[in-house]
Amino acid sequence: MNNARYRIEVFHKYADPRCGVLREKLAAMGFAVARVHLSDNYLIDADLSDRQAEAVAGLLVQPVIQEYLINRPYTPEGFSYAVEIGFLPGTTDNTAHTVRESIEDLLKIGLDIEKSVFFSITYFFSGSLSRPEIDEISAELYNPLIQRRKIRSAGDYAAQSGMGEEMPLVRISERPEADEVNLAVADDDLIRIGREGIEDRDGTRRGPLALDMASLNVIRDYFQTGEKRNPTDIELESIAQTWSEHCKHTIFAAGMDEIAEGIFRAYIQEATLRIRREKGGKDFCVSVFEDNSGGIEFDEQYIISDKVETHNSPSALDPFGGAITGIVGVNRDAIGFGMAAKPVANRYGFCFADPSDRRPLYRTKDKNSKMLLPRRIMEGVVHGVNVGGNTSGIPTPQGFLYFDERYKGKPLVFVGTVGLLPKNADGRPAYKKKAMPGDNIVMVGGRVGRDGIHGATFSSEALSYGSPAAAVQIGDPITQKKLSDAIVKEARDRGLYNSITDNGAGGLSCSVAEMARECGGFEVELDRVPLKYPGLSPWQIWLSESQERMTVAVPDRTLDSFIRLMKDRGVEATVIGRFNAGSRGVVRNGGRKIFDLDMTFLHEGLPRKRLTTAYTKKPNPCPEFSEPSDMTGVFHAMISRLNTASFEFVSAQYDHEVQAGSVIKPLQGRGRVNGNAAVFRPVLDSYQGIVLSQGLYPSYGDIDMYWMAACSIDTAIRNAISVGGSLDKLAILDNFCWCDSDNPERLGQLKEAARACFDFAVAYGTPFISGKDSMYNDFRGYDEDFREAFISIPPTLLISSIGVVRDVGKCQTIDFKFPGDLIYVIGMTNDETGGSEYCAYRGEQISGTRYIGDAVPKVNADDFMKLYRALEAALARGLVSSSISVERGGLGAALAKSAMAGMLGASIRLSDVPAATGRNDYILYSESQGRILVSVNPAKKDKFEHLFRGLPAGLIGRVVEEPIMEIAGTGGEVIVAARIDSLMKSYKGVFKDF
Amino acid sequence: MGLLKNSDYKISMAKPKVLVLTGYGINCDDETAFAFIRAGAHADIVHINDLIANRAMLESYQIFAFPGGFSYGDDTGSGKALANRIKNNLMDEMRGFMSRDTLMLGLCNGFQVMVNLGIVPALAGFTGVTEAALEHNTTNRYQCRWVDLLIEKSSPSVFTKGMDRLHIPVAHGEGNFFAEQHVLDDMEKNNLVCIRYIKPDGSRARKEFPYNPNGSVNDIAAVCDRSGRIMGMMPHPERGMFFYQRDDWTYLKEKLVREGGDIPEEADGFKIFKNAVGYFK
Repeated sequence: MNNARYRIEVFHKYADPRCGVLREKLAAMGFAVARVHLSDNYLIDADLSDRQAEAVAGLLVQPVIQEYLINRPYTPEGFSYAVEIGFLPGTTDNTAHTVRESIEDLLKIGLDIEKSVFFSITYFFSGSLSRPEIDEISAELYNPLIQRRKIRSAGDYAAQSGMGEEMPLVRISERPEADEVNLAVADDDLIRIGREGIEDRDGTRRGPLALDMASLNVIRDYFQTGEKRNPTDIELESIAQTWSEHCKHTIFAAGMDEIAEGIFRAYIQEATLRIRREKGGKDFCVSVFEDNSGGIEFDEQYIISDKVETHNSPSALDPFGGAITGIVGVNRDAIGFGMAAKPVANRYGFCFADPSDRRPLYRTKDKNSKMLLPRRIMEGVVHGVNVGGNTSGIPTPQGFLYFDERYKGKPLVFVGTVGLLPKNADGRPAYKKKAMPGDNIVMVGGRVGRDGIHGATFSSEALSYGSPAAAVQIGDPITQKKLSDAIVKEARDRGLYNSITDNGAGGLSCSVAEMARECGGFEVELDRVPLKYPGLSPWQIWLSESQERMTVAVPDRTLDSFIRLMKDRGVEATVIGRFNAGSRGVVRNGGRKIFDLDMTFLHEGLPRKRLTTAYTKKPNPCPEFSEPSDMTGVFHAMISRLNTASFEFVSAQYDHEVQAGSVIKPLQGRGRVNGNAAVFRPVLDSYQGIVLSQGLYPSYGDIDMYWMAACSIDTAIRNAISVGGSLDKLAILDNFCWCDSDNPERLGQLKEAARACFDFAVAYGTPFISGKDSMYNDFRGYDEDFREAFISIPPTLLISSIGVVRDVGKCQTIDFKFPGDLIYVIGMTNDETGGSEYCAYRGEQISGTRYIGDAVPKVNADDFMKLYRALEAALARGLVSSSISVERGGLGAALAKSAMAGMLGASIRLSDVPAATGRNDYILYSESQGRILVSVNPAKKDKFEHLFRGLPAGLIGRVVEEPIMEIAGTGGEVIVAARIDSLMKSYKGVFKDF
Repeated sequence: MGLLKNSDYKISMAKPKVLVLTGYGINCDDETAFAFIRAGAHADIVHINDLIANRAMLESYQIFAFPGGFSYGDDTGSGKALANRIKNNLMDEMRGFMSRDTLMLGLCNGFQVMVNLGIVPALAGFTGVTEAALEHNTTNRYQCRWVDLLIEKSSPSVFTKGMDRLHIPVAHGEGNFFAEQHVLDDMEKNNLVCIRYIKPDGSRARKEFPYNPNGSVNDIAAVCDRSGRIMGMMPHPERGMFFYQRDDWTYLKEKLVREGGDIPEEADGFKIFKNAVGYFK
């Protein structure tokens, strides 16, 4: 038994606010919980005297509100069950790390980093609860992939003197050596190695290498004819990682039908090259597609970078851990951009299934393999980005939620980070970096454990008490904040290093090899890498995805200063090897060479795929439905759908004010309504700003992938323009989240979407600066009745926009400001209800399932651009009093949002809407692109209208004092009359329990 | 270190020197230093480890600022671990600093650190005994939102002189002020509660969410010591120091334009920093 010497339990003297909130939540779920008590527990295994232990307890307790007990169990009166939740062995335990540091600082002693302090929480429930109910409650409180749980009845708790002092120590017995892998085997065996992984001595497999036969043949050939030996496991694992879809984007790089160079080069990169050529002297791109983020010029002094990532599979298993790791990870794409950009804003986007869906999915036929329910995933993901972003001190102003039942097997978690980089650091261009031969390879930040090896492909069965949570990482924002500050605020500007990159996917294997491309080759001594716990195999150390680490190239001349600075800032920094001018990468372990590869083979050896595609567009005939009679009811319904409702609960828990640059906020007007773009100032003594937005229309893809992508681009651009952005300095990013990507039909859809990306990026002159894809977002398992289920997400393209705003004082929000202001809709409204929220709603009303329809919205970039340019001019001249881009939910939703935000009414005539349809419901809810709803001070009517002469812009009504939305149909009769406060209830009621 | 350099703002009078603490997850250091510099001070962002290594440097400063942030990730309770670090290493120097005619300001997490250290309310002077707590919000959720605040005129706080109301944001998960009744009575009697949450119409929030965003007893948003030279507050004045930071600026601007008024550059929160710098004039 491994028992800690001291167990300190800290608990509240009076009511603990956390307990009341939990009790209410459980009561709402139907549990008869009368009271909840809570204790924070610290297991401390160190050679302390009892007096020292008292002093340590003093560090942990807030004496005004809390008390503590040492080696005696807290026993709140009348509880029936106690549930203790702590981390599994080896899982990142941030609280324990902080407590260890405080104890070391107090007693001026050193403690074992991973074995001296452990944190847990005990919940005490009173009320008439059965043991099965307690099991259910505790299932709500913990995640078996990362946490351990102990349940005791009051009787057992008393009999056993509480929960005990056993420590969750890591016990692994890997062979700390590299194994040879015999490739001289039959093809079937080779395929198995690719699919299931290298065989361990006990016959088990290490998890997929995801190498296909073509790649395996090339590897076998390289070793047999080139190296004349078999590979070691660390070599093979490294090659697999470097060549993975994740790292090399094999599908985007592959030849596809007639496109030999692949769709990335032909459509995405080519669009940017062409736009930059056409812009000539006005080209604002600085660094595209070559670094961890893309970079554009901000002003004479600064560059801004942007990158959007996804973290889908980990978030399905551990929503909190997956999401926090995702956001903290993408922060490192800013820190790893150029010589290190300061993260200045986060973005997010979450695609979930309906949180009210309580029907479980199972990964296997075993009922213990239950997936987390949509609500749990949603809560965990939202909270993960909260903790990651807020704790790091990076504002999170911009994001969205989107719902579709097909995200039930796999949620999508988009996370992005904008960075700010001075053009010059220590006299050198800061967006360029180059590791030099002779530079030391320095690993900075966290230590290495088995975290994240082979991503999330391990099943939970592989995890048991005593084995570290190999698949799931938990971000540690404070370790990273210390690292980030030390690099971005000090080391960079002192010129202490030559190059830096992130340790993300593939860990050291990818970061060191990537940086070595800048100079030639490298040599690494693996036993120098600091570990969280002993017993890791060399290949695990090399591939581990333990978080909060960067790899830095430091010349001898500044090495001492660099290491000293890191030490002074509480950041671990270790020299693990040296870059050289050679052509090989070499790794040694205990003096023995275990890895020796030709760098050109490692980076360029991957055989390119040749893919053929098909795309069969299926018609989605939508039954004829008539204009509904209760248009007021429909108006309410259309702003209270999951995809149109307020997500204030997310916006308000994400700090969007930190760094003090916020200008256009996520919640706007007195009514606090979600806008669709944000503006902030990254440099506080400049009036220049950055605008962020996005577009995403998975439902349009059900009809036509080309127009789906076109609309996403148009929306990302239009949203940015609507708040004050400019087409002159607007860039976009692509995130393709696809599914079932071995299927030619899915590839055909992909190709069609990529083609639209080229067409519309070029048409608008908005270059792609960065992108990322995630090609296999499918769930294979069983439904609630244990029938086989294969759920693919709808192919999802997120287009994010980022632009420079010349004067933030010209920006505008969505709220109507004053009664009497004139309301205009800019742009044509067509019968384009295909894939709309309205069609989905009507279908659900009439038949129980959504309608799709065929009339997908289309984009005419030439026409729309004229409108956007006119709006830019109107905003710049101060002619617009409110502005909202018409998005999902159409004109109706836009009207409601501007009115609710301003808490003012409006009187609207649909007959004056420039429209190619006569139906009131289509005019209100068609999702035609290219439209903006604005209000204008009557005194500025002429000037405003002058700018829109010859363009489709209709004066459709006025803002009124009385808080009522009154809409007259095309025939002149009032069809909608709704009080603003009751609209607000509909709009904000959907997520009121979140 | 910060974006704005001290040399960018040349002001003829003698500038008070501000030490803005950083390290271990403090994250509002840049904008706090920026606010002081714009208000006419000289501000240095100093890592706590550098301060511990060179304690004497504190003697050259007139203002000490604990910025907002997530020191030590709020582990074991907000502000606790950083307070421990100070307790373990800098207590004498802090005492020495406060005994001079200096100012100390704690914002958000900085306030939490000060409360844990017993720097405020410090009813019987600074003894290092914790007298109050900043608990989890009653919603048990992080709240980033704009609030309306009332300045208690009778408070001795140097920072709030000449002010009536403030409209600035809060952003915290643990801002729920708590103290035992006798402590509260003492604080109220001595006017140490210098800022309270109110409703937009000026009436007391009386713990009603979202006006009082965290459930603080007596709607307490800020507390000072008896000298008024030391103040801690949950809301963020540095996030409401410019007009274009306000949540309602597009409305106010439109209103001012129609009424023929000028668009101001500064907003409410800036006054706190100006008062601090003005104290040394």
